Amino acid sequence: MNWTFTHIPDIALAIWQHLVLVGVSIAIAFAISLALGIWTARRPRAYAGVLGVTGAIYAVPSLALFALLIPLVGLGRVPAIIGLTAYSLLILVRNVATGLREVPPEIVEAAEGMGFGRAQQLVRIELPLALPVIVAGLRIATVTVIGIATIAAYINAGGLGALVFAGIDQRFAEKIIVGGLLTSLLAIGADFSLSRLELRLRAHRAA
Amino acid sequence: MIRLEAISKRFAPHLRPAVDDLSLDVPEGSICVLIGPSGCGKTTTMRMVNRLIEPTEGRIFVAGEDVMAMDPVALRRRIGYVIQQIGLFPHMSVADNVATVPRLLGWPRAKIETRIDELLHLVGLDPSALRARYPRELSGGQRQRVGVARALAADPPVMLMDEPFGAIDPITRTRLQNEFLKILREIRKTIIFVTHDIDEAIKMGDRIAILRDGRLVQYGTPDEILAQPADAFVEDFVGADRALKRLALVSVKDAMSADIGGEGGPEVAPDTTLRDALSLMLAKGARRARVIEGNGTQLGQLSLDAILARISDAGGPR
Amino acid sequence: MLLDAVRWIVDHPRIFLDALETHLLLSGAALALAIALAAPLGVALTRYPRAAFATINGAGAMRTIPSIAVLAIMLPFLGIGFKPSLVALTILAVPPILINTYVGVRQVDPDIVDSARGMGMTGLQSIFRVELPLAAPVMFAGIRTSAVQVIAGATLAAFIGGGGLGDFITAGIAIMDLPRLLVGAVPIALLAILTEFAFGGLERVMFRRG
Repeated sequence: MNWTFTHIPDIALAIWQHLVLVGVSIAIAFAISLALGIWTARRPRAYAGVLGVTGAIYAVPSLALFALLIPLVGLGRVPAIIGLTAYSLLILVRNVATGLREVPPEIVEAAEGMGFGRAQQLVRIELPLALPVIVAGLRIATVTVIGIATIAAYINAGGLGALVFAGIDQRFAEKIIVGGLLTSLLAIGADFSLSRLELRLRAHRAA
Repeated sequence: MIRLEAISKRFAPHLRPAVDDLSLDVPEGSICVLIGPSGCGKTTTMRMVNRLIEPTEGRIFVAGEDVMAMDPVALRRRIGYVIQQIGLFPHMSVADNVATVPRLLGWPRAKIETRIDELLHLVGLDPSALRARYPRELSGGQRQRVGVARALAADPPVMLMDEPFGAIDPITRTRLQNEFLKILREIRKTIIFVTHDIDEAIKMGDRIAILRDGRLVQYGTPDEILAQPADAFVEDFVGADRALKRLALVSVKDAMSADIGGEGGPEVAPDTTLRDALSLMLAKGARRARVIEGNGTQLGQLSLDAILARISDAGGPR
Repeated sequence: MLLDAVRWIVDHPRIFLDALETHLLLSGAALALAIALAAPLGVALTRYPRAAFATINGAGAMRTIPSIAVLAIMLPFLGIGFKPSLVALTILAVPPILINTYVGVRQVDPDIVDSARGMGMTGLQSIFRVELPLAAPVMFAGIRTSAVQVIAGATLAAFIGGGGLGDFITAGIAIMDLPRLLVGAVPIALLAILTEFAFGGLERVMFRRG
């Protein structure tokens, strides 16, 4: 463990880069998915179409997707963020739409009958009630993206993957283990805290 | 107050209309009950008044204004709306639920707060105990009361109620019906009330509109409907015991004679319905009963003949 | 650029087909091995709740370890080449199948299992004739997840000398030869999408009756 303790700043930098990649991608994907999810929640055919496209993107292996972006935007963080954002869309759109669709119909009817405008109904009634499912989607997407972001290091985006790739090049097992384990811990941490948030939201919204 | 003129609703051109050429006039401050078998169009009709469903033909006027000329959202904020499953917002407290429409209308904070307490009192709930509770912590009856309070919050002149007491057990339902009628004596509202229960219609309605296959079959006071059903369908619908139902609309004090005396017949209170009085007299095998007030004084007598005369009386209850 | 990529393939058919063959072989073998290992284990775990708790949670944690790390960690133990890649991919494919088999069998209505036993089936018969068939849809979803993951993982085998279509991507990035990059990326993408839809179709055919 010698290397680890003498290179904490480098490791910390890698963690930070990783978090930035994940954070920015999820944030952008969330914004897009909110819009798409709201738009397709009540339109089954549009929903199927969006799910088909995002599902196809999700199936493509990350290295290949990043590679396909390189001719368009070069190396570095840009293709990484575009790719990671694209991967998150399927899960997020699906959960936003499902969450909205699961709001009990009598509540929607009561809100409409009481005189909520469409926008207010969404913001004050439907989205708050859909929140647990939406947060579940955020949780799954975040954990997934934390894993995929390791590949982004190969296209010069930095992050914990850089440690792993360095370990491969230098036949240095410690770097591989540290990179892999830290990524895993990050993912487990995100899963745990978002799980707790999800459970609290559910309890508060029980009918 | 509410006027429907030749209202029709077709959901698809090849199906029969859900509502067919319906015209109705609901006077201000009265309860109009829409009733009929499943699929008769009663709920569809009600929901056209606040434009949750748009009429295919005809016009609807609320307080003299054509609803089609108004912004639907603004219209709905002026109409109280209560549905069977209530639809309380689970993520909001009781107070926030009740405050919903006043907030949409932009009332000042202080006014909303007083209003919440006022309304919770009105529906028989203790504000200090229940304000901060959440719907999941309430019983069915309590939720229903909050639902009514929520509908009354912005003091709308008109209310639409779709089987509001339908999902409650019969004992609580009777109590809620009575309390609601009592509330209405204090505040004046024009109400359209949908139900499938003829007894509820007779109890709650000032006028009853019987619908069938989208058409209005009869519109009249409960006594008119019971005494003079328009056709075999209505006669069947109100039940074979309609004569007895009519008796439930009259109380003893309105049918008794003022003579004191009478030998040892059963005692009956002046507010008892003729129906209950008849039941008592039949049980005792008596032909007359003495009408006794709470403090023991006799007010008069009630005879079987007087009761029979009431049933064949074509006039309505006073 | 796409045309340049196609031209390259036409000019070097053997190299391309070898890579494709390796990719498919790695994926298929890893998936088959994973099913052979994970399915019986998943069923067995339903009989031992305490072992199950530890194992299933362990499998869940395993899924958070990035694929590249699993592949890379083979290096000090098995070196480079096909074998370490196969081992790593199998390890990656096991958790979804294991978890889904376990969950699938557990959610079978206990009353049904009870009637099976009551009718005189042995434990093994109950598993094969009743529980597995009922758990099949959930299991299959796990296999489908693993399949897609394995195709992706096989791409990364390039980093430990395992061959496969990933080699073209790494070569392309190394020398900044974009057509070469596409020779790898496009077929992989198509392969992945095809696999996803093929399994999806299979799932529909197998499970949407009754």
